[in-house]
Amino acid sequence: MTTTLNINGKTETVDAAPGTPLLWVLRDHLKMTGTKFGCGVAQCGACTVHVDGSPTRSCITAHDSLGDAKVTTIEGVTGNAADAIREVWVKNDVPQCGYCQSGQIMAATALLAENSSPSDEDIDVAMSGNICRCATYMSIRRAIKEAAG
Amino acid sequence: MFLHNIGIIPGSTKSSSSISDERVITNLSRRGFVVGSSLFVVGVALAGCSSYEEPKIDPNAIELPEAGPSPLTEVKGGDATPALWIAIEESGTVKITCHRSEMGQQVWTSMAQIVADELEAAWDKVEIVQAEGHERYGDQNTDGSRSVRYNFHRLRVAGAAMKQMLVEAAAVYWKMKPSECSASQGLVSNNQNSDTLSYGNLAKLAARLQVPEEADVTLKDPKDWRYINKEIPSLTIPRITRGEGTFGIDVDRPGMVHAVVARPPQLFGKTGAVRDADALAIPGVLQTVKLPDPSAPALFQPLGGVAVVATDTWAAIQGRSALEINWIDGPNASYDSETFAEQMKQTARRSGTVRRKRGNVASDLASAAQKIEAEYYAPHLSQSPMEPPAATAEWDGDKLECWACVQDPQATRQTLSDLLKIDKENITVHATWLGGAFGRKSKPDFVVEAALIAKEVGKPVKVTWTREDEVRHGFYHSVSAQRLEAGLDADGKCTSYLHRTVFPPIASTFVPGMDVPTDGEMGLGATDVPFAMPNLQVESGNAKGHVRIGWLRSVSNIYHAFAVQSFAAEMAHAAGKDQKDYLLELIGDARTIDPNAEGATYPNYDASLEEYPIETARLTNVVNKVSDMAKWGRKMPAGHGLGIAVHRSFLSYIATIVEVAVTPEGALTIPGVWLAVDSGTVINPRHTRAQMEGGTIYGLSNALFGEITAKNGAIVQENFPSWRVLRMEEAPRAFEVEIVKSNSAPAGVGEPATPPAAPALANAIFNATGHRIRTLPIIGANGSRLTLPTKATAQAEE
Repeated sequence: MTTTLNINGKTETVDAAPGTPLLWVLRDHLKMTGTKFGCGVAQCGACTVHVDGSPTRSCITAHDSLGDAKVTTIEGVTGNAADAIREVWVKNDVPQCGYCQSGQIMAATALLAENSSPSDEDIDVAMSGNICRCATYMSIRRAIKEAAG
Repeated sequence: MFLHNIGIIPGSTKSSSSISDERVITNLSRRGFVVGSSLFVVGVALAGCSSYEEPKIDPNAIELPEAGPSPLTEVKGGDATPALWIAIEESGTVKITCHRSEMGQQVWTSMAQIVADELEAAWDKVEIVQAEGHERYGDQNTDGSRSVRYNFHRLRVAGAAMKQMLVEAAAVYWKMKPSECSASQGLVSNNQNSDTLSYGNLAKLAARLQVPEEADVTLKDPKDWRYINKEIPSLTIPRITRGEGTFGIDVDRPGMVHAVVARPPQLFGKTGAVRDADALAIPGVLQTVKLPDPSAPALFQPLGGVAVVATDTWAAIQGRSALEINWIDGPNASYDSETFAEQMKQTARRSGTVRRKRGNVASDLASAAQKIEAEYYAPHLSQSPMEPPAATAEWDGDKLECWACVQDPQATRQTLSDLLKIDKENITVHATWLGGAFGRKSKPDFVVEAALIAKEVGKPVKVTWTREDEVRHGFYHSVSAQRLEAGLDADGKCTSYLHRTVFPPIASTFVPGMDVPTDGEMGLGATDVPFAMPNLQVESGNAKGHVRIGWLRSVSNIYHAFAVQSFAAEMAHAAGKDQKDYLLELIGDARTIDPNAEGATYPNYDASLEEYPIETARLTNVVNKVSDMAKWGRKMPAGHGLGIAVHRSFLSYIATIVEVAVTPEGALTIPGVWLAVDSGTVINPRHTRAQMEGGTIYGLSNALFGEITAKNGAIVQENFPSWRVLRMEEAPRAFEVEIVKSNSAPAGVGEPATPPAAPALANAIFNATGHRIRTLPIIGANGSRLTLPTKATAQAEE
């Protein structure tokens, strides 16, 4: 089934079975592998993308349910919040293996875009859906605060 | 950006950069070093030196004697021939080969720091080439926290030797003595004027020179290090923030199809009748492939079952759900981890095999003024790296090429050769980036699956493990039961200590029927106990494996440190003394310890006790340092407690203090963690700090939540809801790390922070609540947030 999607500002046409999650359309059909598979059941956040600016688990979001919503992935996320997050992530060596970090960056960017000075509790609420087994949590918390200034 | 060309991307063309670089290296004789193939004229205009234009060297215009073979093939750590590790292109790009797997420990950056420092390379010219799996690199098993330890010396030699050859090449060109030239930041300078020659320009001439003997290679004085022991930024992280970089699961090959595998729920269960009609009816599903049933021992064999091959991963997962398979029970069908725990505890109550002995524990215990005893239990754990296992295989006739997130590409190649019965020379294994590993990816069973399926399908195949696969079909951290007994004299001083440990050994995965804990595992926190009491005995008890037992970050140190360091605090409590003071008393005077002198067979992490002795002064030092950091002994608010633990593992010394806060309702938070580490020479303090935080939280996560159980031989947990791991909201609020300044030989950092985390936490909970944790996990998967069991809650209210 052919579906048209708006991804990172570009129109993409894909031929995937109805109900195929956006995650696998991105990864297997569009070869955009920055968005990661971690659990498949919206428990780990590795697959986080933005749909119309909101952090969304692409592993449980059917690609054919998106209509003309704007999908943004790690490869395409831009703007002041994304720039600030990337800068502090690099400056402080936040990631370790990096596998969960696309999701972490997408979640942190959405948080910062909405809340320019998040508290510890705000960070907990926004980021607790994103598991990091390398346990970069402290680095992430410090970096978000630094990005917020 | 210089990072764009880094080599592991299995791109759309057959010859990815890593492959071509490999060929460059292998095609050259091993005498000199490698010169890249990009041919453009070098012209270096130096700022402020407009009058000087670097001449282009024609290396063929200069006559040189024929160079002999490299004399650096057998230095400490292995082959230090510069060509094996370094290629300098005419552009000046310095390509450094990293033979260890990058899994978040930043080994690309640390290996590059070592080579580039001695080479005097300019950091912004450095690129990494990921080595394929091959014996020419020596040990590639990225496991055991030893990449730096094994390679520090030889990579320094390789860099320094190449620098000397570049200097000599410049001297030849200028018709001077090498001593009249000097190298810095990718340039060789003529000390008599301001002329310079760039490394890229000199490379081809230098490649024709004789590689120096090790005795003639001068390593830098550590005070002159430019990159080593400095906070050099990561070579991988800028790419990670853009979603770039290729993990095992990201590999793409032309014409590739996707597979997932339905595996028997029990180890050595068999695949019976299969009905795949519904699976094949799913759009995108191409075919199913039955995999061979493995037989004992498990080794790195795949588990059998049925693969579903499809045009995308989702279709394969859907197809697998539609399979109807009659699984046939195997020899582990009755394995129940709850029953097994009771059996192990019984074993721990009986005399075991003596593995280390000092004095006479039995008679001292019989006459002790006070005798205390405690039993500890710790469950199976799953490594659960965020990237589950994934591998891609492609056949070209009888040649096999694989790309996978493997910790040991050589073991992968050997396993493929053994199980697929093909010559190793016909197998190429590329290690991708690893999205975490923690020991899971040192077992290449998933790569064999990809090779078997690809052979059947006739196309490149990527096998992806779902999280359920990873949790239910792993190589698990071993379950353990331990019993400790101690005799204290009238002053509370410990005079006898008995530690009995029972666990199925990792060797049960490799040797049929093997149930005896090995010297290696006993040496991970049991036989190397650093205590000074006059009577000491360490015993082991046997236990059989019923699931695949494997390595998990810090391995047996996890349960041994949990028991020994918890028991140290229990002794302190029985003696009515402060935990930290008592711990220092147990460790005793400054000395070195040789467990072998007391009947142990102690491997010391494959290092000699001469180079890496067990030094009690270093344990004492980190205990005192961390106590200062955490202000041990300060008055704590109600419901708060500090707990301390110290442990030497992977040749590093780490002391950890955890602070917990427990509400009257039992809700637990971790306001702070303090950690002091002495791991000898540190390559990059950023990496060490990251591993201290990460290793500690990995240990806290295991201790609080981690539990893999089995019923009827099958793993009960499935995914992150039932296999619980620590999240942001549960992480410590503050975390301070102090790295002890040391010129000692480099030791491990990836694993040793994990062992002291659990006992420091348990000791803190005791000090906050009076509740002693002897069974892990403390909370488990079903506890609501960080709520302690009711028993602890009740005591907290007292």
